[in-house]
Amino acid sequence: MASIWEYANPVKFSRTVQVVLPWVSVGAAVALAVGLIWGFFFTPDDYRQGSTVKIIYLHVPAALMAINAWFMMLVTSLIWLIRRHHVSALAAKAAAPIGAVMTLIALITGAIWGQPMWGTWWEWDPRLTVFLILFLFYLGYIALWEAIDNPDTAADLTSVLCLVGSVFAVLSRYAVNFWNQGLHQGASLSLDKEENVADVFYFPLLVCIAGFVLLFVALVLLRTRTEIRRRRLKALIARERMA
Amino acid sequence: MPELGKYADTVLSAYGVSLLLLVVLVLASMRASRKALKELEKVESRKNG
Repeated sequence: MASIWEYANPVKFSRTVQVVLPWVSVGAAVALAVGLIWGFFFTPDDYRQGSTVKIIYLHVPAALMAINAWFMMLVTSLIWLIRRHHVSALAAKAAAPIGAVMTLIALITGAIWGQPMWGTWWEWDPRLTVFLILFLFYLGYIALWEAIDNPDTAADLTSVLCLVGSVFAVLSRYAVNFWNQGLHQGASLSLDKEENVADVFYFPLLVCIAGFVLLFVALVLLRTRTEIRRRRLKALIARERMA
Repeated sequence: MPELGKYADTVLSAYGVSLLLLVVLVLASMRASRKALKELEKVESRKNG
């Protein structure tokens, strides 16, 4: 069996992406289409939230991916810091804009849902505030990559920023439990049957989450391969100038 | 179209904004990938030939 470290080779990684990407993309498209159509067209209104419950199929998967994208960046950043694999650093760089968009979707859909349900677009509630900070961390991380010319230095500094930001990724997941105050309710998905959403909402939500996960994987693969191509392009141009 | 009642604007705007952001992200990623490949092929063909 091939070792995972073989994929640290950019050529091997790109070849694998070539094979895997179409399948993951189709999986993402099918799961998103099924989940969203099921949730939007074929689930009932909630007795308290009315039709706004349909926003759960976007808000929860996006929020989940916003947090987990940062954890994926944390793992790949640690691999960079410890083993100095360039593909790993580029994967973290590739994931950041996806995580930022997921965080933005979670914030916007939350605000749109909150207006009729809580009577306000925004509240300085622990979870909302921490999520906003996480979004700012994403922007800072992307800006830091762009601001530094030397790619290894950029990878080092963004990895450190990623470690610091992980505190907020953890807090955004557990803010409701830690502070036990504010407007935001607890987890929509829970192993505790009492806390979990009703089955009629739960199953399409699971399909939507699978769709968001597959979309994230597809985009990370695509964008990492783009970063590898850019890196090679830069190296070739530099070699041309020196010749 | 399901009956969304008094929250129709709320639900539709949430879906509209989210799907728009996702589509822009996917298209931008694909465009950047194609652009990088095209430029790389150009430089590699120059190098080889």
